[in-house]
Formats: sequence, C-alpha cells, structure tokens
Amino acid sequence: MSTGRIVAGALAPHPPHLVYAENPPQNEPRSEGGWEVLRWGYERLRKDLAKTDYDVILVHSPHWKTRTGNHLLAVPQLSGLSVDPIFPNLFRYTFDMKVDVELAKAIHAEGQARKLEMSLMENPEFRVDYGTIISCHLANPAWDKPIVAVSSNSTYFDFSNEMGQDEMARLGEATRAAIEQTGRKALLLASCSLSHRHFTTESELPEDMSKEHITHHGQYLWDMRVIELMKQGRTRELMDILPDFTEQAISETKDGSLAWLLAALDYPSFPAEVYGYGSVIGTGNAVVGWIQSIGTANVANSR
Amino acid sequence: MILHGYIVPGRPLPLLAPEKNPHWAELRRGFEQAREEIKVSGADLILLYSTQWVNVIGHQIQGDPNPEWVHVDQDFHAFGTMPYQLRMDADFAKAFEAAGRGRGLFTRAVSYKGFPIDSGTIQALQLLNPDNALPACVVGCNMYADRAETIVLAKAAVDALKATGKKAVAVAVTALSNRVFPRMIDPKDDRLYSAKDDEWNRKLLEMLEDGRVEDVSQVIREFSQQASGDQRGRAFWWLSGVLGQHNGYAGKALAYGPLWGSGAAVVSLSPAPERNLSREFDEGEVETFGGERGVLAGGKTAEASAPAAAAAAPKPVSSGAIHTSAKKAPKAVGAYPHARRQGDFIFVSGIGPRQPETDEIPGGPVRNADGAPRDYDAAAQTKAVIENIKAILEDAGSSLDAIVDCQCFLIDMQRDFKAFNEVYRQYFEGIQATRTTVEVRALPTPIAVEMKVIAKA
Repeated sequence: MSTGRIVAGALAPHPPHLVYAENPPQNEPRSEGGWEVLRWGYERLRKDLAKTDYDVILVHSPHWKTRTGNHLLAVPQLSGLSVDPIFPNLFRYTFDMKVDVELAKAIHAEGQARKLEMSLMENPEFRVDYGTIISCHLANPAWDKPIVAVSSNSTYFDFSNEMGQDEMARLGEATRAAIEQTGRKALLLASCSLSHRHFTTESELPEDMSKEHITHHGQYLWDMRVIELMKQGRTRELMDILPDFTEQAISETKDGSLAWLLAALDYPSFPAEVYGYGSVIGTGNAVVGWIQSIGTANVANSR
Repeated sequence: MILHGYIVPGRPLPLLAPEKNPHWAELRRGFEQAREEIKVSGADLILLYSTQWVNVIGHQIQGDPNPEWVHVDQDFHAFGTMPYQLRMDADFAKAFEAAGRGRGLFTRAVSYKGFPIDSGTIQALQLLNPDNALPACVVGCNMYADRAETIVLAKAAVDALKATGKKAVAVAVTALSNRVFPRMIDPKDDRLYSAKDDEWNRKLLEMLEDGRVEDVSQVIREFSQQASGDQRGRAFWWLSGVLGQHNGYAGKALAYGPLWGSGAAVVSLSPAPERNLSREFDEGEVETFGGERGVLAGGKTAEASAPAAAAAAPKPVSSGAIHTSAKKAPKAVGAYPHARRQGDFIFVSGIGPRQPETDEIPGGPVRNADGAPRDYDAAAQTKAVIENIKAILEDAGSSLDAIVDCQCFLIDMQRDFKAFNEVYRQYFEGIQATRTTVEVRALPTPIAVEMKVIAKA
C-alpha cells in the first residue's frame, strides 16, 4: 500500500550570496548583509514549511552536473568543506548531512523502470555540490532532515530544450513514484534561478546593493511572466513555454530542476506562493512554494 | 616566453582507468610523451587553461601555492578518487592578475584552502608533471568570454611571463568534439560518438599537425557548432593567443581517441619559424578588453551614482589605455590615462608626487593656498614621483626595471637638481634608462617635480 507523498515543493535558488549575507556559523566569509528581499523570502518559506510535516528533502541541483545519466547521492553520511569555485570569496561552508539512501535507491529503480539512465553515487569521498548545500541550508538551516540529492543530467538539453525537459519530467514522475512507494513525506527543492545572465565583474564589496539589479529588462519581463503563471496555478502552460523561456532568458531551467519539480508535483493547479524575487549579480531569482496543505486549503476557501 | 604548446583532454579516464580501454591507455601514453618533452624543454612554469574550471566573474587564477585535497569526479565517481598535492607559482599568479587588469580584464588570483581544483587540471598536472618538478599557473574559462576577450587573457599571460622573465609551456585542457554517451557504458565499448564528430576532429588534428594554430583558432566556432565543441573552443583561442597568433609551429598528434564518446587528443606544438608565419585575420587585432560596453552592467549610470566605488574598481580600458586604481596612483588632472600600452611598450603619462586617494604632496606643496611660495622638500617629492610610476607600471604587469627612457621636469633647476639627482640615482643607477631633464616654469598642481617614462611592456 502506498502511503508516501510529496507534501511541498519549492523553487529554491542557490546563490551563495544569500548564505554569505546571513553569516551562519558554517560559512567562513563574513558580510555586512545584502539581498534582504530574497532572504526574507526564504524566511517566509521556512515559516510555512515549519507548519508542514515532512521527513526528507529532495534537491535537484544544477551544480552537480552529470552527462552520463541521472545520479543520486547514496552514501548515508557526507561531510566536508564546500568551496564555491566561482565565488570562493563568498562561500566556504562546512557541511555535514545525512542521506536517505533507501529513498535514493527507490528513485534509482523507478527511473530504470522508465528507461532512464540512473546511477548511484557511492564514493564516500565525494564532495557535495554547493547548489545542493545552499538550497538545503536556506530551506532548513537546522539540517535535521536527511536529504536525497539528484544530479543535473543536462546532456539531453544539448540536443534541444524540449528533449531535456521531457527527460526531466520522466525523472520527476519516477521521483514521485519512489516517494509514494517508500512512504516518505517529502519536500522537493528545485535549486535554480530563473533568468540567468550574470554580471562578469563583481563590486569591491559584493554586498553593495547599490550595484545590484537584473542584467537587463527583457530577462525581468520573462521572469515576471513565468512567476505570474506559477501564481495562477497554470503550471502545464508554464511547461509549454519553458523551452522558450530557457532559451531567451538564458535561464538556469536549462539544467532541468524546475521541470523535474513540476512533474514530480504532477503539475499543480493551485496557486503557488511567491515568497520573494530579486536579482543576484544580475540573475533573476524567485523563492516560490507549492505547499499542498496551504495551497489546496486556499483553493477550497476561495470556492 | 612560451616554449611549447600542448592540447590535452579533461575527462579523467586516462588517469583513473587507462587499463579499461586501449584508447584511454593510448591517451595516457600521449600524456607521457608530452611529459618527456616538457622535462627537457627548459621551462620553469606550466601555464594551464582548463575548460573544466568554468568562471562567471572575470578570470580566476589559482593562487594557492600548494593546493591539496581528495577529489572525486562528478560523473566518474565509480572509477575512484583523485588525491592531489600540486605546486602553483603564487607570485606568477599575482603577476598574471596585474597584467590582466592592465589590459582591462577582471582577473583575480584566488587562494583558499579546499578550493575544488577541476578534474581536467588534476589529470593534466599529475600526468605531465607527476613529481611537481615545475610549478604551475592555472587559469579558468569564463563561460561568457568571446574570442577577443579570451585572446586578451592570453596576451596578459604573455605580459606576465615578460614581466617575470619566466619560460613556460602552455597547456590547454579541452575536449575536441564534446558529444558524449548520455549513459553509463561498458568502458571497452567506448568509441567516438558519431562519424561526423570523428571527421571534424581529424580535420582539426590535420591542421594542428601542420602547425596552423591560428587557423584553428579562426575556424573553431564552426567546429564547435558542428561537433559540439568544448566551451565553444575557448581553449583554442587562448592557446593561439599565448603562442603569438600565427601558424609557424610544428605539430604532433601524440594520441587521439574517444573519452566517453567525446574526441580526445594529446597534441604537441613546437615553434617552427621557418614555416609559414602568415596569418589571415578575419577579425581586428585586439590588445585590451573594453568591457561589455555598459549594456549589461548599467554602464555610466551605475558609475555616476557611486563615483568613489567606481574609481576603486578596475576600470574598462579601451585602445590600450591603462587606468590605474585610485588606491594605487594619483588621479589624473585631465582626460588622459595613467599610461597607454602600444606594441611592446607602455607610455606613462607625466606623473607627479601626489598621493593616491589623498592628493597629499610629500615634502609639501610649492605654494600656499593663497599662491605664495613656500619651502618644500624636492627629494621627498622625487621619491614619491618614482614610487607612483612604479605602482602604475607594476599594476600594468611591468616594472621600474623595464624603463628605457625618462623625461624629467623641474620647476627650479638651480634649487632642486642636486636633491632630485641623488634620489634618481638611488632608483635608476642599475637600470640605465636614457634621461632628459628640463626646467619648466610651472606644473599644473603645486609640485616641483614631474616625470614621464617609457617602459617595456
């Protein structure tokens, strides 16, 4: 009998700047703050998640890039130091996490049953990518839940965005089936930005907010269009336009995280909660939640 | 100077599992042949560019003298771990950073414990330089950089070699065709992903074996489009840039084969000046990076809103102009740069003793605020002038030692020449630059000494 379910999903972008700005004890660099609107967005997400009963976090990260299929962390405990190779000045984070290996193996099996290329990462020396760590930290800084990390298998996006997205949708279905089968109550995180054209220089003080803005207006317009569809619960329509968005907004959705999330959530039709939107070094980032208990209750109340 | 160039693959299978496929073993032998060449080359540095160290913010240069970690590849974790202890030339990294900034690039030397060195760099340095006999300098691949910016980066590396007097071999870590099998395969079944990719690779290798490095740089966009080039061929732009952008090389393909479907080759390039040095530039010569023309970064508006911070940040440069940071040199009193790079030389503007940021004049100004003459220390002013020039040249990747000519301006020859001349001697006696000293009636600010120099770039 299947008892498991996805209780919540979130678009949970991973700019290291947000962790840097809050000065948690795990992160070595110190800041004067910055990017408050996004950080307040994460605070609001955490408040809603605190009302939600979940026992595992699954995260799909663009910074565990694989080209040989979909890989899953499958070592029970992983710890170490994560240094961001792009922003080493901002993120040098000591991590220690538990991994739900049983669930990882179930996703592996469900993926294989759907003819997806699946691998388990069982090397205990593996350094977990910073995207996974950042999104998990911002959603659950207590680190009191095990995680399952899913790699970004971007190979099919090399052929076309449609092919890549289709592959990720099948992976999302496999993820949902594994959660149901193992009886987990799961929170899913898509660790990605929306528009993703960075600045190529950095202010002398990275948190100087007078220098922060979206890279260009076209990206902003695309981000707003995508967010509006989320707010209206029109996620199937969002999937239809996602290949164009990915192309035209140079979006990080090219790494598949959002398609995976929406497919795993079975394309929710209730309105998403937009917790915050802001730019980080020119890229567009939104913290958005689909929390089943809140979202479906709101729909019921509005009838 | 660059003694030899090499192209090597980044996927770490020749390092981790050469026994699993004869092509992987052949590639490993290719690395070993290259290693033997490097050993007798007389180089004192390995200068390496890796497409697997993807950069977003400018160009990062590894500045940790002894990076050490246990690395596991993101894809090939089942093939084992890659423990490494490497030796980097941290001083050269700093010189490269300065030279890059002198050409308008956002370059940054980084030195952090546990920094994740990429698989391609680890494989290259462990197979080409297993005992760390030579120090290395590693620079990343900016995913937004176009051909012009990447060539400027290469020229900055050459500037740094000139400034430090080092001899290097240049290594480009890159795949040829970069289409891979999107699944786990039995290693013994590895082959080129498609016949088309194989044909494109062989065409590229034919040109490289003919020593046509610059021709490859010019056709690599088309190659990348057709054969899914690694980082759109940026490593080839960089390699041609450091090798002088010509076709006068003798090339040897030491190994070629598949790595998970991608095209992998070890290629050695040695100077062959007797060969055809001609080059056909399909794009203009580029010496400096002019930034993104303000289109993406908010341009002048952003700068105008925060002038102090903008002045502190590296400034875009155009047409060879060098604007030194306001923290390092006094700001100009007119519409001119601190210096200008032209060909092999740097022409420094007339520089006085004013201090960066404060405008304070060591030894005091020659006039009071009301314009009345006052006593001042010409020796202190002369020392400050030379120190300012030193800072400008070093920021541009050059040095006082590289000065070939000085023009010196004094407002009172009779009073100040002796003191000026003694300080000058202390700095320039060993440099032996040519010099002209003249008296002028006044200088634009209340100073007694100004100097203008020409230095080797």
